[in-house]
Amino acid sequence: MPLAKRIVPCLDVDHGKVVKGINFLNLKRAGDPVEMAKRYSDEGADELVFLDITASSEKRDILRGVVEGVAKAISIPFTVGGGIRNVSDARLVLCSGADKVSVNTAAVEKPKVITELADVFGQQCVVIAIDAKRNPTPSADKIMVETGEGSVWFEVYTYGGRKPTGIDAIQWALQAEKLGAGEFLVTSMDKDGTEDGYDIELTRTISERVHVPIIASGGAGVPEHFLEVFTDGKADAALAASVFHYNKYPVPVVKDFLRKAGVIIRQ
Amino acid sequence: MPKAVIFDYGVGNLLSLKCALEKAGLDTSIGTSAQELANADAIALPGVGNFSAAATKLDAVKETLINKVEDGTPLLGICLGLQLFFEESEEGPGNGLSLFKGKTVRLPSTVKVPHMGWNTLNMVKQNELFDGIAEGSYVYFVHSLYPVPADKTIVCTQTEYGTTFTSAVATKNVYGTQFHPEKSGDLGLKILKNFTKTVVR
Repeated sequence: MPLAKRIVPCLDVDHGKVVKGINFLNLKRAGDPVEMAKRYSDEGADELVFLDITASSEKRDILRGVVEGVAKAISIPFTVGGGIRNVSDARLVLCSGADKVSVNTAAVEKPKVITELADVFGQQCVVIAIDAKRNPTPSADKIMVETGEGSVWFEVYTYGGRKPTGIDAIQWALQAEKLGAGEFLVTSMDKDGTEDGYDIELTRTISERVHVPIIASGGAGVPEHFLEVFTDGKADAALAASVFHYNKYPVPVVKDFLRKAGVIIRQ
Repeated sequence: MPKAVIFDYGVGNLLSLKCALEKAGLDTSIGTSAQELANADAIALPGVGNFSAAATKLDAVKETLINKVEDGTPLLGICLGLQLFFEESEEGPGNGLSLFKGKTVRLPSTVKVPHMGWNTLNMVKQNELFDGIAEGSYVYFVHSLYPVPADKTIVCTQTEYGTTFTSAVATKNVYGTQFHPEKSGDLGLKILKNFTKTVVR
């Protein structure tokens, strides 16, 4: 059997509580991170992502205690992101029990941090998170991708989706891979929180061009969306939050659906 | 409770392995000195780090470690820890422990590397480390290189990813897994409990 596709619940944490917004806004409280991590682990989640969503703009430290609590409660891999800017931030998180760190804004602003992290902790520890939004303005130096809505390029945003950078997400992924990224967490800002399905074109375009795993994020609403992003989107893993948090489709239901549809999924 | 020492190469997450070994019944500490290793009932070489850097750190305790293993102290190597059982690695310069002949090589470029996620174990030979673990069980991998033992009789399990590679070895009191049992849920905990049984007997 080949490598299984991964189902990755995401815990967006703000001030120690798991929250979930729509299009990066309108945050709603959803629960305690340690309790939710334990529940997902018990339900068969393949991995967890923990994002301190306000850390990057407010420059707050990662909630070390929460990270430790989550890591002690579960025995599946666990990525932590939000406000990680350098090797010492990453060391704190990894020594608190995280397996990987996810870096977004700091990597865009200072790409060599990717190499520094990979040199110290290994490439497999370095997840580069890319928040991308479709931009329909034609541009000669961008990679234009044909979609159902016409030709677009994907623009990278930083600071939790607040700041457009003018950088092409696909070009950025290729550069970050060369610098030592071990995995990409690709979030569609257009789809995030809509429960309307993943951005298949965004996921597929990056997955086909890089040689490290891709976690697709943003837009999961029903089990069919996971199937679509694994098949058409060529994702290696699919991340979701609200679909799991509100128990609409618990992890075992999604995994069972995918297994019956022929996707290789861990039992 | 038997005492296990996790050797610290100086990077990465050792807390998960410490918690997991404690759940498996070992009083676990993290150590870097020959003295700490000398007093251990079991030794674990953890899985996160770079071969050359770890080989350098191990140099200072190599003799103690090899003597302990020869005296029968159970040794568990995970991922990089397993790769250090061999002589050398394509990851970089440096000498491993040379407990076994063979070297560590890169996964083929036909597949996405790192090999990251849950993959299956194909049992090649019976070993106490895998008591109660079914053929085809899923365990968690995250690595870019894999060991090629010269002596195939030490191979316990194999896994498919671009190639068929050795995913666990075992002989006498030396056990190594290319996957991370401490990250492999209940099944991984079962493997660590099996390791604990070899310590207490």
